[in-house]
Amino acid sequence: MRRRVFQLLVDNTTGVLSRISGLFSRRGYNIESITAGVTADPRFTRITIVTNGDDEILDQIEKQVAKLVDVRDIKVLKPEESVYRELAMIKVRCDDMQRQAVLANATIFRAKIVDVSQESMIIEITGNQEKIDAFLKLLDGYEILELARTGIAGLGRGIENVTYLN
Amino acid sequence: MLGADAIVKCLEEEHVSCVFGYPGVAIAPFYQSLSESTIDSVLIRTEQNAAHAASGLARATGTVGVCAVTSGPGATNVITGIATAFADSIPLVCITGQVNSNLIGSDVFQEADITGAVESFVKYSYLIKNVNDIPRIMKEAFHIASTGRKGPVLIDVPIDIQNATISHFKYPESVSLRTYKPTVKGHIVQIHKVIKELEKAKRPIICAGGGVLLADAQKELIELAEKHHLPVVSTMMGIGVMPTDHPLYYGMVGNNGKLYANRAMNESDLLIMVGARVADRAVSQPDLITGNKTLVHIDVDSAEIGKNAWAAIPLVGDCKSIFNDFLQEDFSGDHEAWIETLNGYRSSMLRERKVNPAYVDPAAFIRRLSELMDDHSIFVADVGQNQIWSCDNFHVRGGKFFTSGGMGTMGYAIPAAMGAKFAAKDRQVVALCGDGGFQMSMCELATMRQHRIPVKIIVLNNSFLGMVREYQHYTYKDNYQMVSLDGNPDLSYLSKAYGISYLRAEKMDGIDEIIREFLSGNESCLLECMIDPLDLVK
Repeated sequence: MRRRVFQLLVDNTTGVLSRISGLFSRRGYNIESITAGVTADPRFTRITIVTNGDDEILDQIEKQVAKLVDVRDIKVLKPEESVYRELAMIKVRCDDMQRQAVLANATIFRAKIVDVSQESMIIEITGNQEKIDAFLKLLDGYEILELARTGIAGLGRGIENVTYLN
Repeated sequence: MLGADAIVKCLEEEHVSCVFGYPGVAIAPFYQSLSESTIDSVLIRTEQNAAHAASGLARATGTVGVCAVTSGPGATNVITGIATAFADSIPLVCITGQVNSNLIGSDVFQEADITGAVESFVKYSYLIKNVNDIPRIMKEAFHIASTGRKGPVLIDVPIDIQNATISHFKYPESVSLRTYKPTVKGHIVQIHKVIKELEKAKRPIICAGGGVLLADAQKELIELAEKHHLPVVSTMMGIGVMPTDHPLYYGMVGNNGKLYANRAMNESDLLIMVGARVADRAVSQPDLITGNKTLVHIDVDSAEIGKNAWAAIPLVGDCKSIFNDFLQEDFSGDHEAWIETLNGYRSSMLRERKVNPAYVDPAAFIRRLSELMDDHSIFVADVGQNQIWSCDNFHVRGGKFFTSGGMGTMGYAIPAAMGAKFAAKDRQVVALCGDGGFQMSMCELATMRQHRIPVKIIVLNNSFLGMVREYQHYTYKDNYQMVSLDGNPDLSYLSKAYGISYLRAEKMDGIDEIIREFLSGNESCLLECMIDPLDLVK
């Protein structure tokens, strides 16, 4: 089983996300995460999908996705040639006594505190998945009340593999 | 001009000859406009059969079949027909009525999210939200359905869009789909690689699938096979790529195929798969076939290559264009010994059938039928034992052989034959089904009568769902469950009720006369053949 990150450029049409996620579910492909957002050109949406499977499955995923009429471009974002980022918001239970300790950890990870209440705190952290996983591990002793992760968005490094829109 | 008029105008621009369908309020404006057109409309008796009939028309003519049904249950009923066409890559445009745009999503009367429901069975689908998009969407739909790997496209049209006024109608001359550009021409480097393998190979074989028929490349295939003495086998969907008695044709492969065809494929050292999915029924263990041979896979759909079996040489493109490229090239190979070996297999590896003389033998009957049918006739086999006997025994000469291969949809034969006959009025069209499949679509006898579509129908009657019974015979030690068709209607009365002449064959004696009488004249006829309830296809 390998993990692979695909970057898709798709027509920004009604139901395009459901067409893509539907393809994954009906053919039994895994989705670890999927993120979508409109590009600088509002006609297109960029989607980042993290998936896993053996080589044949990953090859099929690429071909089957490319076959969808709305899909303009599909690329593999190789880890060594790309930048991945994920955003996570973590609500931890912490009282006055614990607040400073959590804050210290957050500072080390360059995370931000975006909400504080008497008993809880929301931390916002951005980074690659490993960084977020490491931060969550550090919060092991605390009760995580709610966690929202966006899944990764990614871009290839440099100018060589840019798909130009016309 | 209203949206509904625009849709009809687009169908005229696409030279559509006939729409199969079933009306309802949500599609009423469309049918209103259609009545003012020269395009024929056929009122089918249940929506699933509208798609099957359109499929039969598409396969008979090589054009896009069109069906139009209403919203909600009309649309959901048509899904099986769409899925059947999708599995066999048959080009269809299905138009569904939809509730008023501003009511979508509120679960009003006869509302169904049909574009969502058919998502996995269509090449593409549209929900029209602006009446001015109609010409572009119709053009794109026909383009997508009929190019690359063909398949069904669904267009959902809310009733208010059908009734809205279109500001300016102009049917586009071309499509500008930014993303959809199927490969037609095969890559020359890959073609040369295949030629190198062909020169080297001692035991080459071509396995042709339905893609060859969809690309209308039979002539090129035969020319290529004859020029280089290449033996050919076919999948079920590929039956008819070559005349059955062509010296280089070695039958259908697969778990229901000819023993010699499978042996030929297994012993080959170079297997050229063309327009075939390498699916489980054709090749039982696709991942293992490449162990002792080089696999070349030619398909217009790149995703098919490597899906079920790893191909040493993938070749993406339209097979007619690719065959022509091969025909342009000079190369030679020596495999006369291989051909001789295969001829030996073909004459010696015949399956022995146990025939019960008290009944019609379906194998011999179908063989004889195919010999007595017109040269350019169309034969549609349903699904079940009748299908396997047909594949095994029908001799294709110049005509066509249709069946629901990928989906195996019972009840396909009668509506598909009807669609084919409607489009090819001068051809003899015969549908053959079992008593199970017949009862799934016998309502269409009324359509045939109303619209004067003289299809010939054969029912092989064993009062069983034979294929499942056979499975229960082998797997569950003859514990037959849910397979007895004891309540069958008397088909002689049924024919009378529908005003169709009726013939009955109980034994093989005098079968030629019965078949001749059945085929004679351009009127519908129902021939019931009593077959041994316990007969097996293998």
